[in-house]
Amino acid sequence: MNFILSDVQHGVMTLTLNRPERLNSFNDEMHRQLAEVLTQAERDDSIRCLLITGAGRAFCAGQDLNDRNVDPTGAAPNLGASVENFYNPLVKRLAKLPKPVIAAVNGVAAGAGATLALGCDMVIAARSANFIMSFSKLGLVPDCGGTWYLPRLAGRARAMGLALMGDKLSAQQALDWGMIWQVVDDESLNDTARQLATHFASQPTFGLGLVKQALYASETNTLNEQLDLERDYQRLAGRSEDYREGVSAFLTKRPPVFKGK
Amino acid sequence: MNELLSSQKQRVLTLTLNRPEARNALNNALLEQLAQALEKAQHDDSVGAVVITGNARFFAAGADLKEMASRDMPATLNDPRPQLWARIERFPKPLLAAVNGYALGAGCELAMLCDIVLAGDNASFGLPEITLGIMPGAGGTQRLIRSVGKALAYRMVLTGEAISATQAQQAGLVAEVTPAALTLEYSQKLAARIAQHAPLALQAAKMALRQAHEISLTQGLQQERQLFTLLAATEDRQEGIAAFLEKRPAAFKGR
Repeated sequence: MNFILSDVQHGVMTLTLNRPERLNSFNDEMHRQLAEVLTQAERDDSIRCLLITGAGRAFCAGQDLNDRNVDPTGAAPNLGASVENFYNPLVKRLAKLPKPVIAAVNGVAAGAGATLALGCDMVIAARSANFIMSFSKLGLVPDCGGTWYLPRLAGRARAMGLALMGDKLSAQQALDWGMIWQVVDDESLNDTARQLATHFASQPTFGLGLVKQALYASETNTLNEQLDLERDYQRLAGRSEDYREGVSAFLTKRPPVFKGK
Repeated sequence: MNELLSSQKQRVLTLTLNRPEARNALNNALLEQLAQALEKAQHDDSVGAVVITGNARFFAAGADLKEMASRDMPATLNDPRPQLWARIERFPKPLLAAVNGYALGAGCELAMLCDIVLAGDNASFGLPEITLGIMPGAGGTQRLIRSVGKALAYRMVLTGEAISATQAQQAGLVAEVTPAALTLEYSQKLAARIAQHAPLALQAAKMALRQAHEISLTQGLQQERQLFTLLAATEDRQEGIAAFLEKRPAAFKGR
């Protein structure tokens, strides 16, 4: 069974979470398939942008609770294991991937589905989509990077409200709070996201990768450390083929042709 | 194929471990070449400092296990390896390690033997000997605990688990973490800055620093003062202070 559909076109790898009858919620097998496809995205230089979306009406409903039946008389489940084995490596790999990652949130994103989407570099949501930090309603903690991303995206006050109450957050509200990049009408989500992804796939990928790493590093660096990092990354970027191409195209007034190197 | 590449730019000699097919494993032959190269550099006045490096994925991923497997107890007792390590350690000039990728086992021990370690952000340091039913045999248990402290040293040696470049920097094993593509360049720059100082002062300062882990503080302070006094007899000391007072660059002669 293919729980993850992947398709590479024009430098864009589209990953579709594909368990529509379960609102694309994660089980272990789906995690394994996702991990495998991510390896391809990491190794293949011709892939210059990653686009993640969901099949059917949901983006992702987080962890499939059918896998988490708790026998009231049995031993307590070890939820830390799936966080350690699946969610944490996933979040780390997406953050480390030196190419833009876009989430096209086509419908409800709940639990780890919501925090997964919010951890992507660019989030475009359909107007009807919702983000639900449902963890607290089950007595759990936002995982898949939730407690790290939420305060950084929404500020502490809103992060607290979202995470403690676990209520539905509309796509529009998420946009108004600066948590996501764009909201579009449902029917144009696919086209808008694809257009953005195709644009990224023609851009100086090496430089974009450095931009992304620098922004992540800024979350823990002091100003001085970050200035050093900017010096280092600019040194590397200045040696890239794409920078040379960009300058030469600018001076000769022609459109640049970037190779991503 | 040459397993140790050597190149010199101005006063900085760079030695590159080059056994990519063996993940730069440090067999006796390679250690011998390293020892010889350093002994040659010791007597070469044009060399002010040395940088040891590997490739983008491996600094050195350990000793050569095939070589080790064939040695029984008596052979291990008379292994020439400790002498090779001792020859490398005797190198009296500043020795830097530019570490990208894995520095494991003997590779980690080699990095720790160096005076200054710069690491790429992809580097990892570990002593996995315990997972092979052995233990570090070239300073791993001694130098590690002196630089990173008890908690981390015991954990690394007893689990065999590696630490990242950032962790290694926080713990004091690594002086600086740089983007991997810049590690060698920055190490050479640092080596060049060091190598412009007076050679005898560098040698004396290195000797004094080495003593810090060998002898008591009182003895160490005495030795430091003796070395300090020794430098008062050098021409370079006069030149260094004169140049500072006259606001001009110093021209050191190594005397």
